Amino acid sequence: MIEGIIIGLSTALSLTNILMVMVGCFAGTIIGMLPGLGPMTAIALMIPITYGFDPSTGLILMAGVYYGAVFGGSTSSILLNAPGIPGTVATAFDGYPMAQQGKAGKALAIAAYSSFAGGTISAIFLLVAAPSLSKVSLAFRSPDYFALMILGLTAISAFSSKGQFLKAMMMVVLGLMLATVGQDSLSDITRFTFNNMNLTDGISFVLIVMATFAMSEALTIIFRGKDPNRAAKQISLTELGSIKVNKEETIKMAKTIPRSSILGFLIGVLPGAGATIASFLAYGMERNYVNEEEKQKFGKGSVHGLSAPETANNAACSGSFVPLLTLGIPGSGTTAVMLGALLGFGIQPGPRLYQTNPEIFWSVIMSMYIGMVVLLILNLPLIPYIARILAVPRNYLIPLILFFSVTGIYLMSFNNFDIFLMIGIAVVATFLRLYDFPMPPLILAFVLGGLMEETLRRSLLISDGSPNFLWDRPITLIILLITITIVGWQIFSTFRKKN
Amino acid sequence: MRISPTKFISLLFLVLSVFYLYTAYNIQVFAFDENAPFNARTFPIYLGWAGIILSSLKIILPEKVTTEVNHKHLDYKSIIYLIIISLIYAAVILKIGYFISTSLFLFASYYFLGERRWGLMFILSFPFVAAFMYLLHGLLNIYLRDPFLKYIGVMG
Repeated sequence: MIEGIIIGLSTALSLTNILMVMVGCFAGTIIGMLPGLGPMTAIALMIPITYGFDPSTGLILMAGVYYGAVFGGSTSSILLNAPGIPGTVATAFDGYPMAQQGKAGKALAIAAYSSFAGGTISAIFLLVAAPSLSKVSLAFRSPDYFALMILGLTAISAFSSKGQFLKAMMMVVLGLMLATVGQDSLSDITRFTFNNMNLTDGISFVLIVMATFAMSEALTIIFRGKDPNRAAKQISLTELGSIKVNKEETIKMAKTIPRSSILGFLIGVLPGAGATIASFLAYGMERNYVNEEEKQKFGKGSVHGLSAPETANNAACSGSFVPLLTLGIPGSGTTAVMLGALLGFGIQPGPRLYQTNPEIFWSVIMSMYIGMVVLLILNLPLIPYIARILAVPRNYLIPLILFFSVTGIYLMSFNNFDIFLMIGIAVVATFLRLYDFPMPPLILAFVLGGLMEETLRRSLLISDGSPNFLWDRPITLIILLITITIVGWQIFSTFRKKN
Repeated sequence: MRISPTKFISLLFLVLSVFYLYTAYNIQVFAFDENAPFNARTFPIYLGWAGIILSSLKIILPEKVTTEVNHKHLDYKSIIYLIIISLIYAAVILKIGYFISTSLFLFASYYFLGERRWGLMFILSFPFVAAFMYLLHGLLNIYLRDPFLKYIGVMG
């Protein structure tokens, strides 16, 4: 392994490759901040550029873009409540309220430190445990994935419901219903399209997230404009851009980062799970770890609540490289694009990559460390300037958020049906938010819907239609027992409060 | 009897779930898939029933926490204006192109939200959109369909 690290370092620390990491991180951050463009698009944009490069250099550039885009996505989540990718949705839960309290610089700095720590810790895990973890990830079968998704949805309903679990569960069902619109993935039968061609491909994630978060947030601000309790506070520019994190906040982050990194990395290793489930589960887990006083701060600008998902999503990014590099199975959409790029370079990832192209295997791992450092150095000085977005007066900021949302959709489909649909969903979401129906469970359910149906289909076909798959395997059973405990706890706490 | 807004929303959700379930049962599946353990209608049927059960529980069970909204504090006028402008924007974007429609949308939104600094409103609409388009189309090579700019020869 030491030999491998030396090979990796010598490749990654060449002048060209350091330059590539820097360019990648910077370009990734900018692209990640743009509406509708996540890491997958950012990497796809880099593929033609990397054709003439040495494979290690090309991969290093793409890894830099990947991390940069994830951080860029967090920036728009925190400042505008507009997460461009599913992995940064949970970041908005506490990042956006913190920014609204005039601590945007601090929120961005916490996100940057947490991303750095999460990415670095998981890169160490990747270095040490990649080969053995690939075996663990292969041990997960469809029923386990199905149970894991049920757990994720129940957990998010429990912690985002503010004591109204049923409302959150209704939003989960609504999200899953929206995910079933369009062609069935196996049989290609169209469902719930009502003969409308525009719905055949289903509803896009960006549309749903822009409608329920960014656009409905903008509409809510206008809608509640006359409410004296919600009148916009005068935010000072110095406070807004300040990236100083005090001792108490550092201690909180130091507690959160290790456990979220481990969870994020382990979830990232599982093919298909990725940064989204990791960030949501880390948020839920963190809420259970902290004391009652801190628990009350969740959703209102908690340091724990911001640090946990940010750490976990970056840790999961590193984790998703495990199945890609060791098994040749991409763990997420983004690593699937990277697999395509690797094949374009004539490299077949898999168990033999470690032996046949050690310089690629190790240099990518080493470039992750370097990428994290570069990302931190590049972004920290820029935070005070980025944070000033929030100082833009409401009369300008709201139309710009709407423009941001519509452009994201228009870029993807070039048709106005999607824009109409987005406006419709945003109006409904605004009214639902008014009556405390939480949106995060809807988003997570929408993201997981397709995968959940697929794993349920496989599980039922394997068990010949019998529900035995739910308790046949110990992993499935344990995950489901945790889910039942969460539901039971919700019911118990409801009755306890009543009495 | 006064029904609370939360229960009213749950009632609407119940209606939606019943309609969803009815549509789910009517999904056409292949003949050989009709009796398979899982086909295109299985998951939607589960979801329909889940929606019915959850919304019924919400309607039947007493409310522990009630969400009160003071309608006098809600700015209906501005939000209706903004939604109408957005709908017009969506309707014309394909016909007159991204640049003009987006610039006009931004300009009109600033105006209806009470802004009257014409110079700033102009800069943050037309030149702003042009710069954004240049970033996407010129620098990142991301195609942005705009028949108008294509017609006058600005875009290829």
